[in-house]
Formats: sequence, structure tokens, C-alpha cells
Amino acid sequence: MANRINRDQVQHVAGLAKLEFTDAQLDAFTPQLDDIIGLFETLSEVDTDGVEATNNVSDQLNVMREDVADNWGQSQALLKNAPDAARGFIKVPAIIDESEDN
Amino acid sequence: MNFETTIGLEVHIELKTNSKIFSPSPVAYGADPNANTNVIDFGYPGVLPTTNKGVVADGIIAALALHATVEQHTHFDRKNYFYPDNPKAYQITQSDKPIGHDGWVEVDVDGVKKKIGISEMHIEEDAGKNTHERDYSYVDLNRQGTPLIEIVSKPDIASPAEAYAYLEALRQRIQFTGISDVKMEEGSMRVDVNISVRPVGQEKFGTKTELKNLNSFNYVQRGLEYEEKRQQQVLMSGGAVQQETRRFDEKTGETILMRVKAGADDYRYFPEPDLPALNISDDWIKELGDAMPEMPTKRRERYVNELGLTDYDAMVITQTKEMSDFFDATVALKADPKMAANYLQGDVNAYLNDNHVDLQATKLKPANLAGMINLISDGTISSKMAKKVFKAITNGEEPKAFVEKNGLVQLSDPAKLQPIVDDVLQSNPQSIEDFNNGKKRAVGFLVGQIMKQTHGQANPQVVNKLLMAALQQ
Amino acid sequence: MNYFKQDLASLHADLVAKKLSAKELTQATFDNIKATDPKIDAFLALNEDAALDQAAKVDAAGIKEDQSLAGIPVAIKDNIVTKDLTTTAASKILTNFNPLYDATVTTKLADAQMITVGKTNMDEFAMGGSTETSAFKQTKNAWDQAKVPGGSSGGSAAAVASGQVVAALGTDTGGSIRQPAAFNGVVGMKPTYGRVSRWGLIAFGSSLDQIGPLTRGVKDNATILSAISGHDEHDLTSSTQAVPDFAKDLNDATSVKGLRIGLPKEFLAEGVDEDVKNAILAAADTYRKLGATVDEVSLPHNKYGVAAYYIIASSEASSNLQRFDGIRYGYRAQDVKNLEDVYVKSRSEGFGDEVKRRIMLGTFSLSAGFYDAYFLKAARVRTVIINDFKAVLKDHDFIMGPVAPTPAFDLGAEIKDPITMYMNDILTIPVNLAGLPGLSLPAGFSNNLPVGMQLIGRPFDESTLYKAGYAFEQSTDFHLQVPTLGGQN
Repeated sequence: MANRINRDQVQHVAGLAKLEFTDAQLDAFTPQLDDIIGLFETLSEVDTDGVEATNNVSDQLNVMREDVADNWGQSQALLKNAPDAARGFIKVPAIIDESEDN
Repeated sequence: MNFETTIGLEVHIELKTNSKIFSPSPVAYGADPNANTNVIDFGYPGVLPTTNKGVVADGIIAALALHATVEQHTHFDRKNYFYPDNPKAYQITQSDKPIGHDGWVEVDVDGVKKKIGISEMHIEEDAGKNTHERDYSYVDLNRQGTPLIEIVSKPDIASPAEAYAYLEALRQRIQFTGISDVKMEEGSMRVDVNISVRPVGQEKFGTKTELKNLNSFNYVQRGLEYEEKRQQQVLMSGGAVQQETRRFDEKTGETILMRVKAGADDYRYFPEPDLPALNISDDWIKELGDAMPEMPTKRRERYVNELGLTDYDAMVITQTKEMSDFFDATVALKADPKMAANYLQGDVNAYLNDNHVDLQATKLKPANLAGMINLISDGTISSKMAKKVFKAITNGEEPKAFVEKNGLVQLSDPAKLQPIVDDVLQSNPQSIEDFNNGKKRAVGFLVGQIMKQTHGQANPQVVNKLLMAALQQ
Repeated sequence: MNYFKQDLASLHADLVAKKLSAKELTQATFDNIKATDPKIDAFLALNEDAALDQAAKVDAAGIKEDQSLAGIPVAIKDNIVTKDLTTTAASKILTNFNPLYDATVTTKLADAQMITVGKTNMDEFAMGGSTETSAFKQTKNAWDQAKVPGGSSGGSAAAVASGQVVAALGTDTGGSIRQPAAFNGVVGMKPTYGRVSRWGLIAFGSSLDQIGPLTRGVKDNATILSAISGHDEHDLTSSTQAVPDFAKDLNDATSVKGLRIGLPKEFLAEGVDEDVKNAILAAADTYRKLGATVDEVSLPHNKYGVAAYYIIASSEASSNLQRFDGIRYGYRAQDVKNLEDVYVKSRSEGFGDEVKRRIMLGTFSLSAGFYDAYFLKAARVRTVIINDFKAVLKDHDFIMGPVAPTPAFDLGAEIKDPITMYMNDILTIPVNLAGLPGLSLPAGFSNNLPVGMQLIGRPFDESTLYKAGYAFEQSTDFHLQVPTLGGQN
């Protein structure tokens, strides 16, 4: 079966994406993803030497907002929409991993 | 075995803008949790970021202040990771085209000057804050979107003392630009450090460890000193340094293992499709460069070479832009530079420390300090009287008016003092005799008598001169 | 009320002449939706109370001659946020979600005093080409309820085709307006990237997504596009180009005279159904008769569009959909012990299979060691595809071709086979990669199912596409044919 991506890699990618799959789902997903990645690999037929990447097709450049503060007053409604909130904070089950990122 | 040390520093600086980097929510501290948030800060479905022009300007200013090249064709990237304080689960930052690169600052460690390179600096958004309690964590997104500049050093720093000096130089230069308060104690400057050691002559860098929880420059230096020694000992005992994150314990001065790094994180960076690229014009760079205040190194040179301050005085005066500006303004009003420097380092600093305030938050004004110093210089008041005058100028009072109102004017006119000197001499023939017999002490007694008669207002130098003239006749 | 015999202009005339009030029109619209929707399931949510209130207000204020959209009901695809009206993007992860704010297009329609009657069904997060990946219901083709309505804007297309509304908004990332428009025999426009603000459009592929109108006729489409277009301070990628009154010059069929049209040979290649091919060749003849020239041209890298698109769109989607983490809004799994559970269980339970597939593909394409070979390669191929279009559009006013290789297929036929499903987008995807405008309009029938034609223009030249579409419409009668919903009409 899989030759471009295997079950372990699928599991690894699922970990990055915070998804989990049952064994049965993995059995179904892995060959599908493998086929699609096979389709992706047809791009190697295109000669892109010296070709710039296109990341955006907007005609805009250098558009920025002036540094003016404006509080939209949404804080209460935002907290009301949260699955769990307390004392003005969003509440989540304890964070075990202490990694801080910037 | 001899070792050499390589230290890398990543410094995050919070910018003092009105609004967040990608949302118009206010940047403010001390608000109720989540009060300064909107649908953008919460990462709602369908929202889009808008780049704050002020942040890009600050990025350019920082690059210029740190002698870096401004990247004129720049854009933002996404850094993907899940964390409750990271609402979109990606941070908008700059990865492949940071706004500045290849800068440097000059440091002076024990009189040895050295340039330390800066590999790059980029603008990005800060995350919110998590507060951890036993079973739950509480998320406040007020800080989410606060603009940051991250400044990454080149591996040029060879000792903990250099690391300290680098941070101080960085702090000063950024502080002078006014784009940030750069205060570690308030979190507007945050430092991540890594350190490795290797035997002298070895080409490959040693294995790095990272240090966390460094809340002051002092702790940075102490943490690095401990870690430097620890790594050397590991290597000397034939062991290998592990790639790991360690925590600095402020009480013991030791570093403690937090976790071993298992492989690199995979942040899946890619260009942010929601924000058009930026082409920064020469004109904009010039405009911002022209408006930049004189940097502390330049000011120190000027203070030493033109105003005759010592290196030490010049350094203390340039701790903050406010202090240095205050000094310049005071000197511009013809105050003696040395006296102005002494007052700022002495009475002014003591006053700021006692009251835990910044200079700009006080009622002290350059005009009033200069006025006071000029009153001392021209002999109107004595330095003793000046103590009272200084207190008055901290309350915003005008020194000349204060002196006149309180009758603090020093008697310096010889014509007015001569009769008093004559009177005192007449009343104390014994002292004249003592003086003539070589007892110099008698002069002190006579001066004291004159001061007593004048209620302390006589100018001691003039009194001395008149007295000596009379005695030596 | 159904809209088979009405367009925006005639409704507006009736409203101005007070032959009809906005409230009556709105009520009649709801009555018809309730009667017909059990058959086609186009709507996820109806906005009945608020819409009737709004219509009453419009009536009270009076509708003036120049308020051409005032009081006219419109439907909005459910991935466009509407304040106080649930917005789910057809995903369980946003069940009952109140987005708290309005999309710019929603605000613009409200400013034009259009009446939002409800939210239309779609593929979950617009990922799909049949509206079968919706977490909530299966919309059926207006012409044959055993067929898919296309997707992802299947609800909007079916609602317009079945006469439930005169106009609806859809979104198009790789064909999601044009293909369902073709499958349902209506007109759909994917505007130039940046023409319409994306503020409030729940992002799928941010560099590809555009909002656009679905209507029965070309002129109505042009009217709606003018109303929703324009620069928006909330969307920095939205263009500052002036917005023309697109409908203004749509008066006669002769306006294509002298135009040069390119017909790419790749658009009629293997895999394209005979009836579809013939419809397009017939359309080419129609244009020739109207005085245009039609040349065979080539888009040599067209076939790589699908691979490039699925890498780019999935990569962007994998990042865009990370915010659905069960922390701040939306679905949070119940049986959770720690933070990791909140993430993994909320997302695994909240997303459907197709969404998960795209997230996996995108995450993979961006991950360490694969970025250069997949994401970066696709971004470079995108440039090559753009250059193909530039070369053709340099001396052609627009490009014509089919929208989809086949008419609507059977419900359930392709959903199990992702690659076949993805390859269906081969004719629409390159237009999104290049950010060009693409108009889909009825051009024939195949076994009583509509066949669509696609016109692709230069950036911000929707005007030419509308003129050409209008000329074609005036010369043919495909747009006049209407589906019979179970013999009711």
C-alpha cells in the first residue's frame, strides 16, 4: 500500500494538526492521502527553475492602518460565547506542558 | 582544558503603540481581563488582520537604531502552534524577510570595546496570558496582539559579562528611540538566552542549553555564569552537554533542568496570505531616520569631549533618554555641565529612587534645575542653601522666586560684608592675637561669628577673603 | 412567490409602484421556501422574524427609484458571518454559533436594504463540490433531486434555481460558485481576487477565496456584484479599484462585436463530457455569429492546477482552521481531562472527514522536510499558471470554456473517491490560482440537466464578462427554462 506516506507519518501529521484517528480510519485515510500526494508529485514535471513563488494575487501593496486605538466593546459577548469562562477569563482544563512561545 | 563560550540572546521588546499590531484594540496595561479584546483578538471565524503602520515604523526605527539594514521588500509569515493564549493557533510574525538584518551594537566590558552583531530583528504579535491554577488555566487575551520586536544576536557574545553589556546597550538604544519602555520588570523587555561551550580550537559549536526565568540583566549574567561553569565541568568530566531547557533559580543562583529538547519544533511557517507585502520606500526610511534622536553613544562622546564630563558621568547621564534630554536642556540654559551632571546623578536620582518615579513623571524642570545651578554659580546661594531650593524645585517651584521669598539670598557684596567683618574683629581681639601667634583655628571661629551675625547668608568665600585681608594687614 | 418570472428590475418596479410591499414579498418568499425546501434542503437557517421586521421598516421608509435592491430578499451562504443569525459553515464545530459581527458583504446588502432571509447549505467549510460534506443536511439539485446541487455553494445555487430567492451570495475558492451555478442552470460570478471584501468570510484558502453572487440572469448578477464590491479597511487584500455599475451597459447583444475570445484546447480535452463539449462549441458559434472571433488557444499547465490548488488551499486551510480548538467559541468535546483532550477531541469530533483530509494534506505540505517539495513548489507552479493566462489574455478579451467536465452527478456517486472529486474542479481551479474573474452561465442541457459555460476575464474586467454573458443570454433561451420541483410548477 502506502509508499509516499505511511501510517506513522499520518499519525505524526495528525499530531501536529491536533486530530486523532481510529485504526480503521487510519486504514482508510492512509492510502487516500498517499494517492493524493501522488497527484501532488506530478508538479515535479513542471520546470520552475528561477520562477518566483506566488503567495498572494491581491493588487494591493503597502496597505496599512493608522495607529489609532478603538475598543469595539465586544468583550462581554465574546466571553458569553466561550464554552467555559470565569471571572472574565476563558477557562480551560489545566495546561500541563509549560512551553511558552513568542 | 581551556574553553570558549558562545552565547546567543533573543530579546523581545514590547512596543508602545496606541493600538495592537493587527487589530485596533487598545494596547493598555492593568485593564480587566479580556477588556481590550475584540473578534480579531479572539481569532473569530472570518476576521482578518490589518497591519498597524506605527509598528512597521517602529520596526524601521529599531533597525536604524541598531545599525541594521532595513529589508525593503518584506512580508509577514504564520507560525503555527496550538496554545490557549494563541487564539488563531498561529502567530503572525516574520520568518524569511525580517524587517531588519545584520545590525550591531558596541559594548564596553572593562574598558575593552567590542561590536556584537545582530543577525535579524522582526515584528510580530504577542500572545495573551495564561494563569495556571490547580485544575484549570485562565486565559486573558488583553496582551494578544501587542506589538513586539524580536532581536536575535549573532553568536558573537563570548562571556556572561558581554551578554550583560549587550543587553544594556540594546536597552539604552531602544529606550532612546522611544518605541518601548524596555523594562524587564514590567515585561516590556524579555530575554531568552542560549549558551554553549567548546574547547578552544574546536570548530564546531558545543551543544546549546536554553535558560528561562531570567527576570533581570543581573539574573541573565548570573544564570549564564553558572551555566558556563556547569557545562565546562560536564565536558571536563568526560560527559556530554544535553540539549535542554533549564530554569534559573534566583535564590540559589543555580540552573535547574526543566525539559530535554526532543527534536526541533515544527511550526510550519508560510507567508501570511491575508496581508499584502510591504515595500518600504527610501523616503520613509529617511524620514524616520531624520526624526531619530541622538543615540546614547553619540551623546556620551559629546558629553566627554565637549562638556568635559568623565566617562562615568556621561554613562550615568545616558541611562535613559529622559535623563539625557533633561541634562541637555539644563546645560542649554547655561548651567555648568559638571554641576548639572552631579545634581542629576545625586539629588535627582535619589529623589526618583525614593519616590519610585520616572523623571518625566515629576515636577522637575530643566529650567528650574538650571536656574538653581546658576544661582549657585553666581554665588547667590550657597550649596547648603541649595538643599532647600532643590526640594522646592521638585515641587515645581521657580528657584529665584523661592530664594527671594524665603530670604535665602547669599550676602556676597564685599561692601555690605566689610562692616560686619570689621565689627566682629573689633569684638574679638583675642582671636586676632591667636591668629598672629600662628593659631589658624582662630579664623574658623571668626568666620562662624560672621555667619552667625548674617544668619548664615554670608558668602563664605567672600568672608574668607575679607577676613584674611584684614588679619594680614 | 417564486422568482421564475421576476428579476431585480421588475421586483423593484413593483415595489416602487407599491403593487407589492417588501413585507408581502418577504412573507411570500418564506412561504415558498417552506413549501419547496423539504424537497431541496437549500437552507440551514431562516431569519424569519428579523427579516419581516426589516421588510416592514423598509416599507415604512418607502422605496425610492434609486434604491434598486431595497426590500428584495436575498440568501447568504452559511460561511459568511451574519450577526445574531447562526453561522456554521455547515460544520458541527460551529453548531449554533453566533458570530457577533457582520461580514462586509452582509453590511453592504443591509445598507442597500436587501432582506436576508436565511443561510444556505454548503460543503463543510466550503470543502467539497457537491454539498455532501455538510454536517447538517443534503441539498438536492433543483432539476433532479437524485443529483447533487454541486458545491460548495450548493444551497445558494439550488435556492436561486428553484425560485426560492432571486439572488444569493456564494463563495468560490476553486469553483464553488461557478460549478453549482452550472449544475443548477443559474448565473454565478467569482469576481477578481480583491474585488469583494473577505471580512466575515470564514476563511478556507485565504489567497483564493472570493464572495460572489448567484442569480437567474446576468443583469441581476451584475447589479448584486456592484452592491457588494469595493475596498474595505478591514480587508487589506481588497482592491482600491473603482467599482463600475456593472449592469448599466447591459442593453444589447451586439456588444461582443469585434471581441477576441480564446477557447483553450485543454478545456475540451479528454474527460470532458460530449454534451458539455458540444454546448461550448455551440456557444462559440453563437459568439461568432454575434461578431466576435473565437480562437483556439492553449493553457499548457492547466492540468497541474488541481495539484497546485489542493496543496495551496489545503495548506492555508490547515492553518485557518486551527482556530477551531474548542477554547473560545464553538464546539468543545465533553469528556475531556486535560487541554490536549480539548484540542484533539473537539477537533476530531467537530470536523467531518473531508475537512480532516484537507487539514492533513495541508499540514503535511507545510511540515518540516516537505515544505519545499510541496507548498513552495505549488506556489511556483501557480506563477507558471498565471503566466499562461497572461499570455492568452494579452491578445484575447476573455477566455471561454466549460465550468465542469460533466453535468450534475448522482448523490453519493463521488463523495467516496476524493481524487475524482478533486479532478472535477480542473476547469475552475486555475481561475482562482490566478485571481481572475470567472462567470458561469447556462449554455445548454444534457439529459435535462443544465450545462454551464465559463467566461474568464482579465483582472478587474468583470464588465467584459457580464457584457459577453448578457449578449449570449439574449441570443439563447437556456436561462428561461426552469426546473419543475416535483411537478408543482
